[in-house]
Amino acid sequence: MVEKSRLSVWIAHSVLILGILAIALPIYVAFVASTHDVRTVAQAPMPLVPGPHLWENYARALGQGSDSVGNVPVAAMLANSFIMAMVIATAKIVISLLSAFAIVYFRFPFRMGFFWMIFITLMLPVEVRIVPTYEVVANALAPVQSLLNATGLTWLIERLAGLRVSLEWNMLDTYAGLTVPLVASATATFLFRQVFLTMPDEMTEAARIDGAGPVRFLFDILLPLSRTNIAALFVILFIYGWNQYLWPLLVSSNLLTVQIGIGRMLAVGDGQVDWPIVMASTMLAMIPPVIVVVAMQRAFIKGLVETEK
Amino acid sequence: MATVDIRAVRKTYPGLPFEVIKGIDCAIADGELLVMLGPSGCGKSTLLRMVAGLERISQGEIAIAGRVVNDLEPKDRNIAMVFQNYALYPHMSVYANMSYGLRIQRLPKAEIDRRVRDAAAILELEPFLQRKPRALSGGQRQRVAMGRAIVREPDVFLFDEPLSNLDAKLRTQMRVEIKRLQQRLATTSLYVTHDQVEAMTLADRLMVMRDGVAEQIGTPMEVYTHPATVFVGGFIGAPAMNFLQGEVAEGGAVRLPGGVALPAGTAAPGQAGRPVTVGIRPEHLAPAGEGVPGLPVTLTVDLAEALGADTLVHGRLAGTDTSLIARLAGHVQARSGEAMALTVTDGAWHLFDVESGRRLADTVGRLAKPAA
Ligand SMILES: Nc1ncnc2c1ncn2[C@@H]1O[C@H](COP(=O)(O)OP(=O)(O)OP(=O)(O)O)[C@@H](O)[C@H]1O
Ligand SMILES: [Mg+2]
Repeated sequence: MVEKSRLSVWIAHSVLILGILAIALPIYVAFVASTHDVRTVAQAPMPLVPGPHLWENYARALGQGSDSVGNVPVAAMLANSFIMAMVIATAKIVISLLSAFAIVYFRFPFRMGFFWMIFITLMLPVEVRIVPTYEVVANALAPVQSLLNATGLTWLIERLAGLRVSLEWNMLDTYAGLTVPLVASATATFLFRQVFLTMPDEMTEAARIDGAGPVRFLFDILLPLSRTNIAALFVILFIYGWNQYLWPLLVSSNLLTVQIGIGRMLAVGDGQVDWPIVMASTMLAMIPPVIVVVAMQRAFIKGLVETEK
Repeated sequence: MATVDIRAVRKTYPGLPFEVIKGIDCAIADGELLVMLGPSGCGKSTLLRMVAGLERISQGEIAIAGRVVNDLEPKDRNIAMVFQNYALYPHMSVYANMSYGLRIQRLPKAEIDRRVRDAAAILELEPFLQRKPRALSGGQRQRVAMGRAIVREPDVFLFDEPLSNLDAKLRTQMRVEIKRLQQRLATTSLYVTHDQVEAMTLADRLMVMRDGVAEQIGTPMEVYTHPATVFVGGFIGAPAMNFLQGEVAEGGAVRLPGGVALPAGTAAPGQAGRPVTVGIRPEHLAPAGEGVPGLPVTLTVDLAEALGADTLVHGRLAGTDTSLIARLAGHVQARSGEAMALTVTDGAWHLFDVESGRRLADTVGRLAKPAA
């Protein structure tokens, strides 16, 4: 089926090389821009070879940041982004692993009901539910408050005790507010469900005869056997978390992630954008996802391709 | 003393409108190996899994070592099971696979080690203890699965078609190993198979099942020489038993198609006119004139298959459409269309009721009596 003539190899490679060029060229230009000073970059034909200001620009970006974002160092932004991405990826995996475990291995009332509820959340990503989610994060106790108001309890308490009940739990500008609304994942739940469904029944039964309870079974057998799937999912979810833009933009004004930070650096009104610093920050922002992909590349591919059972 | 008592056990799967097991009784003695044999879908695995505790018992009870286990979890029944596809844990070494259950029981390390090494020695698995199952051959994996069962030192071994995934040669070899092992450990065992050679060679006793019913329970020889029903007669033995439609004549003789008659006294007298099914095994036909006493019949040969040691002759009872297979010695020649004179070994016929298919008790011929 796959022909291996000289010509086809040659064509395949040209296509690949073109693709790589198309992707690499903008990155190269960004890199070049991060090595010159502001004036050189702003000049009409921008230079296409690296300049002499590399260390200076990167040190400035990491250490003191741009004045347009109140000199928040990019190092701090990177740390925020990293924490956000790690929490999102880890929590998503833990939660979806447990929910898939429940759905596949336990018989409980309304099992299918829960299954479909999880399914429906596929249609409700953050972008769709952004306003109500914002309200909940702004005051996680708001639903309780409205319940109290609606039932007349607030009124009763005010009458009896002279206290006005007003509940508030604000998660704006916190890591929790940044991550919690993003951690439930139907996709990952389905992926693990699929993985668990391929585990042979007889192996599960052998474990039952061996006396492994549910927790033991999960840790001793399911987890090790889903290792590669977990790794693959982690890579995808880490990048998903790292690339979050809309949600952090909304809920955090002081807790800056690197994406928001770069966005702010560009919004200088009539002033001059500090391109070398912006580009240096961009280059820095690409490093963690690249490290994750490279480090987990083998597990990633295995997890997507292989079924080891 | 681990006996297994199956008492009036029935099984209905939720959502299935019919019973899969329709009331089975069987008492298995300590150290006995009972083989459950039957066609696909007859409920062998279901019954075994009820003993294991992997399937709920809908009705009736099962007792292991005198203790009713209906409501016990598999791990509390002190059983060990060997599955058809081995069901090893792919990410654990052979050693870890075998010791997993013991580690869960929190046995002392030294004890676990002793048991695993003993089992590995018996099963010749010592060189493979650190390997993963994927680096083993089918036969070796099967032995690991048995090792995992042995180290538990259970009251009962349960085997569900453990050899079906092996090639024919290895199956023969493993069959012998299992038998030897079971005798050496003297552990009560239930063994499911649909391979009758496996069943005959392994079993202390056989349970032949059909559609959720135990058609017959007995030693392999009993089942062979005195099949309780038409089904058992046809299921045990290869090629299958020949069945002919007969009729009881005056004096208890049985008339067969084509004017042949089994001698008087074969059937109970006083049943003249009753139709009966007559079963004759292919191996109980011999060429006439070889001095075997018996009933002469003539066969019109359709086809002869020379298998080397045997020749199978397919034909029809002369002058009728009743087909018959004879298993004759390898040197016998038979040409299509020729008439062949054969003898049915004296008394080697079985009479069954036409309606119920049950054996007519009074037809025991002069074959070996079943051991009491
Ligand atoms: N979990 C189940 N739910 C519903 N029906 C089942 C279930 N397991 C088995 N059955 C049905 O019960 C009957 C007996 O099945 P069982 O597996 O015991 O047969 P078996 O004798 O072991 O057959 P085989 O030789 O093919 O393994 C079959 O009709 C099967 O379809
Ligand atoms: Mg079966």
